[in-house]
Amino acid sequence: MADVVIRAEGLSKHYRLGRGPKYKNLRESLTGLARHPLRYLRRPTLEMIWALSDVSFSVGRGEVVGVIGHNGAGKSTLLKILSRITEPTAGRAEVTGRVGSLLEVGTGFHSELTGRENIYLNGAILGMRRAEIARKFDEIVAFAEIERFLDTQVKHYSSGMYLRLAFAVAAHMDPEIMLVDEVLAVGDAAFQKKCLGKMEQVAAAGRTVLFVSHNMASIVSLCGRAIRLGSGKLVDDGPAQEVVQRYLQSVATQEIVNLADRRDREGDGSVRMTGVRIESLDRDSVIRPTSRLRVSLDYCSDKPLVYAKFLVGVYDLGGKGAFLLDSEATGGLPETLPPVGTVVCETEPINLTPGRCFLNLAVIKGAGMADYVQSACYLDVEPDDVFGTGKLPTRSWMLCIVRHSWHLQPSDVNGGSAPAGGHPGQAEAR
Amino acid sequence: MIEPTRGLSALQLGDLWEYRELLYFLVWRDVKVRYKQTVLGALWAILQPFLTMVVFTLLFNRIARISSADLPYPLFSYAGLLVWTFFSQSLSQSSGSLVGSANLIKKVYFPRLVIPASAVLAALVDFVVAAPMVAVLMAYYGVAPNPALVALPVFLLLAMAAALGAGLWLAALNVEYRDVRYAIPFVVQLWLFLTPVIYPADTVIGWLEHKGLPGWLVALNPMTGVVEGFRWALFGAPENPWPLTLVSAVITGILLVTGSLYFHSMERSFADIA
Repeated sequence: MADVVIRAEGLSKHYRLGRGPKYKNLRESLTGLARHPLRYLRRPTLEMIWALSDVSFSVGRGEVVGVIGHNGAGKSTLLKILSRITEPTAGRAEVTGRVGSLLEVGTGFHSELTGRENIYLNGAILGMRRAEIARKFDEIVAFAEIERFLDTQVKHYSSGMYLRLAFAVAAHMDPEIMLVDEVLAVGDAAFQKKCLGKMEQVAAAGRTVLFVSHNMASIVSLCGRAIRLGSGKLVDDGPAQEVVQRYLQSVATQEIVNLADRRDREGDGSVRMTGVRIESLDRDSVIRPTSRLRVSLDYCSDKPLVYAKFLVGVYDLGGKGAFLLDSEATGGLPETLPPVGTVVCETEPINLTPGRCFLNLAVIKGAGMADYVQSACYLDVEPDDVFGTGKLPTRSWMLCIVRHSWHLQPSDVNGGSAPAGGHPGQAEAR
Repeated sequence: MIEPTRGLSALQLGDLWEYRELLYFLVWRDVKVRYKQTVLGALWAILQPFLTMVVFTLLFNRIARISSADLPYPLFSYAGLLVWTFFSQSLSQSSGSLVGSANLIKKVYFPRLVIPASAVLAALVDFVVAAPMVAVLMAYYGVAPNPALVALPVFLLLAMAAALGAGLWLAALNVEYRDVRYAIPFVVQLWLFLTPVIYPADTVIGWLEHKGLPGWLVALNPMTGVVEGFRWALFGAPENPWPLTLVSAVITGILLVTGSLYFHSMERSFADIA
């Protein structure tokens, strides 16, 4: 690596817990000082959380590096330090070149201003020069597809238009080094695709990119290399494909142990999922491509749950969704659930190729996320002779497997429009 | 190069220059947004000091009989209020500016000084809108301008420096201690009474000297020198504001330097606690 543009050496950052980053109040500080003058001299004994500890790595010019890890692993802190928003507690980083950081789209947008005005304002906030914005103005507007609403106040925009405009401005920054945090996780599918396309362009143009994402598929497709953080430490570094693979394998093996002990969960915490079990409904309880599953979710809360919705998302190791078990879509759960209990979901045949899948679990109460655990557990689909021929598509090729049959259409003209013979559930070869 | 800063390193004024366009856009945004969806718009910038002047004239001149150094009281108080309003706007806007821009601070890097500085500059626009009213009042009362008018920008700069100095202190304090938000309106109100806006500084100087104290103590309030100097530049009265201005300028300088240093020492933690 002849040309290093980012060199981090022993980067560490800690936050104090307890006294917290929340509001402080002068009176409390003064009375605290008066009562325990010594405590103020012994500050470092307060509980610390090391958001990053001793992280060292370097990135060469033109490298596109994915940053992965659980929530709370320190990914965002790392980007914040590299973009100079916050300072490391210890260690140092050398960054050579103009840095553009995109930790959020639409930072500094003002709802009272028009689209046109916000392009200039947001551009300036992202570090673009006025002349540069003026030059790229038409391109930005075209990318955002908001020509007609250019002189409308942003507060009247739909959320989609708002996002498109925000991303359009950000996408036209022209930095040598780009730090991107999960911004592609917003918007609809078409928009996401467009954003990914833009990111690919940026990467192809030889720019150096540090890209944080939970979407393993986009990490693998965009990045040549990936680094993985775990509890603030750098735990893996290498070709993206391999790092992602090892990461998903490790989440799968370690996390099934105890769902209740998982710290890296999101949601307001009003409900907690404490256990999950996946069983095959086959007699010998092996999970096969054609097995039906029973997923049992233990939960607890301090109040009965009203209108709670349980979601179980099943993903392949690349992060692509296979299917979603959604208690609201199917109905079936009572409106009010006891404060502590177990909900059970039974499926039709899962139709997955042999291989490992992992599950994200969520409980949503009303409009808010109550509990959300990523990669809560995994399931291994064992190979099975589904078609009775010994032939089976592999996971690296296909995610789904569907029973089907083939036959030659009879040459009889009248029979031309007859539906294909055989029952869908029945493989003809049997 | 990113590493933990220790102590008080350079103030990164070069960085501030680097980000002058951002400063410009933030000022532009503040000005643009301030009077959106108002009927009177920028007229508010004139109305505030003007109506205050009317009330002051009634209360303090007609009823309480406060003298105004041989000037028509409306003119006397409007001039004071004009520069005072600029100062108080700058101060209160800049004090709240960091907390108000928390979302920016947490997501984008730029020299944090840009934020309170833009609040002060945005207040300057209101000042410019309200300033011609002085000329109207001068014409109405037949007070001729005098050559000292060229010194006006000096006093305006002094007011900006004082507002920025105090604003930097309060903005940085406000990030950690939200008490500041409640203290500001109160501080600004009291500060008005301690500043010779309603009354001429001579009154206080006379009182101080009567008590055997030096008269320049009145200028420990940086705004004393500004308001007195401002009136001098406009009307030529009081006759010699320079001693007061000098004392106030020194205090302002101290305020600005210590404010910048404190701000800079706190700057690194803004993103973590804002």
